[in-house]
Amino acid sequence: MSNLARAFDHGKAFIPFVTCGDPDLETTAKVVRAMAANGADLVELGIPFSDPTAEGPVIQGANVRALRAGTTTDKVFDLVRSLREDVTIPLVFMTYANVVYSYGSERFLGKCEEVGIDGLILPDVPYEEKGEFLDVCRSHGVDLVSFVAPTSEDRIQMIAREAEGFIYVVSSLGVTGVRSRITTDLASIVEVIREATDVPCAIGFGISTPEQARQMCEVADGAIVGSAIIKLLERYGRDAAGPVGEYVRTMKDAIR
Amino acid sequence: MTDTTRSPGSKGRFGVHGGQYIPETLMNAVIELEQAYDHFKDDPDFNAELARLFNEYAGRPSLLYFAERMTEDLGGAKVYLKREDLNHTGAHKINNVLGQALLAKKMGKTRLIAETGAGQHGVATATAAALMGMECVVFMGEEDTIRQALNVYRMRLLGSEVVPVKSGTATLKDAVSEAFREWTNRIADTHYCLGSVMGPHPFPTIVRDFQAVISRETKRQMREREGTLPDAVLACVGGGSNAIGSFYHFIDDEGVRLIGCEAAGRGVDTFETAATMATGREGIFHGMKSYFCQDEYGQIAPVYSISAGLDYPGVGPEHAYLRDIGRAEYVPVTDEEAVEAFEYLSRMEGVIPAIESAHAVAHAMKIAPEMDKDQTIVVTLSGRGDKDVAAIARYRGEDLHE
Repeated sequence: MSNLARAFDHGKAFIPFVTCGDPDLETTAKVVRAMAANGADLVELGIPFSDPTAEGPVIQGANVRALRAGTTTDKVFDLVRSLREDVTIPLVFMTYANVVYSYGSERFLGKCEEVGIDGLILPDVPYEEKGEFLDVCRSHGVDLVSFVAPTSEDRIQMIAREAEGFIYVVSSLGVTGVRSRITTDLASIVEVIREATDVPCAIGFGISTPEQARQMCEVADGAIVGSAIIKLLERYGRDAAGPVGEYVRTMKDAIR
Repeated sequence: MTDTTRSPGSKGRFGVHGGQYIPETLMNAVIELEQAYDHFKDDPDFNAELARLFNEYAGRPSLLYFAERMTEDLGGAKVYLKREDLNHTGAHKINNVLGQALLAKKMGKTRLIAETGAGQHGVATATAAALMGMECVVFMGEEDTIRQALNVYRMRLLGSEVVPVKSGTATLKDAVSEAFREWTNRIADTHYCLGSVMGPHPFPTIVRDFQAVISRETKRQMREREGTLPDAVLACVGGGSNAIGSFYHFIDDEGVRLIGCEAAGRGVDTFETAATMATGREGIFHGMKSYFCQDEYGQIAPVYSISAGLDYPGVGPEHAYLRDIGRAEYVPVTDEEAVEAFEYLSRMEGVIPAIESAHAVAHAMKIAPEMDKDQTIVVTLSGRGDKDVAAIARYRGEDLHE
């Protein structure tokens, strides 16, 4: 069993996201520890990118702040190395293909293995292009997470059959960001995935309230939340660890 | 072209470049587009309809004009200008847009979205949308809406909505990102009318095929005029659509030098440049593997050029491939050289070129004197310069009151 799958061992998984270096890496370290202490089952660590094309305005803002603060891929690796002194839950990187490719895929994934990263999420790498990164991910024991979207339709089974770690089910059309309603027929999508694989499914994009998380976890194995947490970082800045911890606790309690 | 990727499912490769690096949400949209294009590109009715639009609406074939005074002045190779600036809407962009809009219509789409830099592609898309009765939204970097305010009004006059993009550097790359985001949000009725030979497959191929009309005509016109092929073809390169269109039918004619002229801004040894081939390295961005201006961590670099249409940190994957195999050369041209060429062509031939096209004119001014008098070069004038007159006047220190 992959390390990532451990995140789904304790019932429904709550998966918070944070952009590393927003507003600085010291805050990110505190926020991740608060997430882990308050019931997060897995944390998605965003490595900032200059042009995050899959993100809505909230996470775009986090990327801008993180880069302005001088965050680099090397500093993010240092952050994870220090987090791993006490944080034991699975950790995955969420970033864009060019961040990995430009660093050198082999060198990047080698560092991931060394510091204890369990998975890699690249929203601009679909099934057809995963060969670019798959072998090097496997050779370093890092799961390359696959996406299924509301528009995937006839592609779902093909994607699901080869999925590793968990499947990131995109709740809605469009980019990341808080939504008041999620109208996609996610139950049908998860049902088609289930016909092809036992790999867990986590739903992301647009989830912010405990009620939404609970609804998502009625059909899937976990809920991913990004923009709602970044909004707390926007609001509380360097003091965000406390409010983020409380929020994670509330969300995890809602899906227990 | 050859498919040498390590991903067996990957499509649209030019050597190692190209591919489809986009969110899963868009994959079925590009597959649908590819299937539609594969069907219609060989459909006689589609091609007859497009040819009629080209000839009767856009004013094709565009003229191949012998620049006699310029030739005499430079004292070397005969200089011909391929006059894409005479097309309806004043640039080569209309070729691609008429093709894509017609294709979108056949696919049952009712809404076009587009990115634009200088505004030429946005104006062309707004024009085609008006012609075909489609809704149209154009994304334009806020910085560019200021540099090219008249084009913003032109698009609105044509019935399109113009959305100023404030994210990132508020220029062309951010307009592309925002158009992709919008497409992810609304796919069913919307076609993303991408303006250059970039982005995910099948865009680099589709846009190239529609722009290839340029070199198809040039080849025939040169045979009629000179009885032979040109010794060199020059075109400016941002994403590279007028250049690939100008090169395409000459790629197999190895005696024809293909020269892409990219925007060096204040110089390739400064940070204020958009010369991707000279200063970029291989990367993955905006749906494709190609060359990009980026820092050591892969962050896309802010680029600069006096020309809003060449102000892009990447280049189309087929150009990256043509450079890799040594078939085409790419040279940087600075703002100052481009402005001098802008003024030179205006005075010498009574033709005011787009500042983008002036980059190619500038390089022709460098190489023509070194060539023999029996040699010929064709410079593609991708667009007309009316849109740039105010900006160049300011660059020269004129105090304009509009």
